[in-house]
Amino acid sequence: MKRFLFTGLFALFLSLIPGVAWAATATVDTGDTAWVLASTALVMLMTPGLALFYGGMVRKQNVLNTIMLSFIVLGLVSVQWVLCGYSLAFGPDQGHVIGGLSWLGLKGVGLEPNADYAGTIPHQAFMAFQLMFAIITVALISGAVVERMRFPAFLAFALLWTTLVYDPLAHWVWGVGGWLRNLGALDFAGGTVVHISSGVSALVAALVLGRRRGYGAEPMLPHNLPLTVLGAALLWFGWFGFNAGSALAANGLAASAFVVTNTAAAAAALSWVLAEWLHHGKPTVLGAASGCVAGLVAITPASGFVGPLPAVVIGLVAGVICYLAVAVLKPRLGYDDALDAFGVHGVGGTWGALATGLFASKAINAAGADGLFFGNPAQLGPQAVGVVATWVFAALATFVILKVVGLFTPLRAADEEETLGLDLTQHGEEAYRGLAL
Amino acid sequence: MKKIEAIVRPERLEAVKEALGKFGIHGMTVSQVMGCGTQKGRTEVYRGHEYSINLLPKVKIEIVLRDQEVEKVIEVIAAAARTGQAGDGKIFVCPAENAVRVRTGEQGDAAV
Repeated sequence: MKRFLFTGLFALFLSLIPGVAWAATATVDTGDTAWVLASTALVMLMTPGLALFYGGMVRKQNVLNTIMLSFIVLGLVSVQWVLCGYSLAFGPDQGHVIGGLSWLGLKGVGLEPNADYAGTIPHQAFMAFQLMFAIITVALISGAVVERMRFPAFLAFALLWTTLVYDPLAHWVWGVGGWLRNLGALDFAGGTVVHISSGVSALVAALVLGRRRGYGAEPMLPHNLPLTVLGAALLWFGWFGFNAGSALAANGLAASAFVVTNTAAAAAALSWVLAEWLHHGKPTVLGAASGCVAGLVAITPASGFVGPLPAVVIGLVAGVICYLAVAVLKPRLGYDDALDAFGVHGVGGTWGALATGLFASKAINAAGADGLFFGNPAQLGPQAVGVVATWVFAALATFVILKVVGLFTPLRAADEEETLGLDLTQHGEEAYRGLAL
Repeated sequence: MKKIEAIVRPERLEAVKEALGKFGIHGMTVSQVMGCGTQKGRTEVYRGHEYSINLLPKVKIEIVLRDQEVEKVIEVIAAAARTGQAGDGKIFVCPAENAVRVRTGEQGDAAV
């Protein structure tokens, strides 16, 4: 009797817990959910990793501000995403260009799966996973504008950019009804949405803001490369969640994406170092760290569609072309993309999106398409359309957003603020107290 | 009294301290400084861009001595700091008018 009573009470208790109610439904897969939640946490770690990656590359009077530009985005976009961002990106389609407003405040985004996006995990798990992508994308742009952009202006820019550029782009490529998705453009984990958009926007932002004081005349050297390497390592680590998590299930495709992600990162680290070794005579640690990121960027759109050998090719090419972009193209054109957000993410993302059209194979992912080398040259078409559309949209929208923000608050730090450093002038803090040099 | 300012390679600091200790000199002030001389800097490469670095990190050792100790201490420091390469540093000798031991108020040679 006591045992019966206990069992009954326990069943009543369980029924009061919302999670158990959905766990009892057949559609949620616990393994898939565990993997996607773990991946969400991995992708979250990429943004503080990016903060260290970028923070080590600036001068010491700007390291806190540089870290802050990434860290504050964790707060800003997390709130924006819940209030409106997720609805705009993934909500019910409006004219193939944006999601509707019916999911504002996550209304209707519950614990049951949404079969349109991921049929075996809670809808909120999918939402949280996508949130982490939105966060890091706008943080990536900060690499172009560090050491000179005022903090209030960056905050306003980040909020507007993520709402007006990221959310629509995510809808185009991933949202049900999005026009690039309908066109057949492949972007497994965000080569177009995350990397081309942030890279191109970074270039535009660097051009609008202008070069740092003394750029080209005085050395602007990284102040702490171990910090940068630690950040790159965290990015590499988190990228497994970024790409393998994009399978949205704990399955073979996730394993495949994991393997090609690591392979491309490794190949690009090698090829970047080799390129600079041949070009400048020394294999640098910064080159190895930059190369692995370039490879991770390039494999991202392809990670769910290609096998290991194409991943080697994608990585090797990414390391070389991204190196050439930052070491040759940038000085020739004279723009000051301070930490090479365009050179790595814009160029690497563009290569990755096009490479997806070359190397994609239905043998890897039956839900994808074959690329040029697997008998379907037509796949290059939607890939190129996706690249061009993203370049044009991101560039124009970024330009307009910055001009509008500039009407309300100065974009650039004053000369004296820039000389003193943004840590002191924007935040009233010093990273390394008492070190004059 | 004289004040010696020895600017040496950071990696030779421990050797200089040890040599001075054997000579009976334990009091000194050490600072991290940047400087340039005949070493003429070096070139560093970051993401394919070469930078000429003219100011290099050095260590400055300051010691105040009785007059009769100066020549020997200069020899000790120079011997310990020398690598034979450009950039080994320099030793400056300056007059020191007085010294005061804060704890006792002693002055002059007694305070050194």
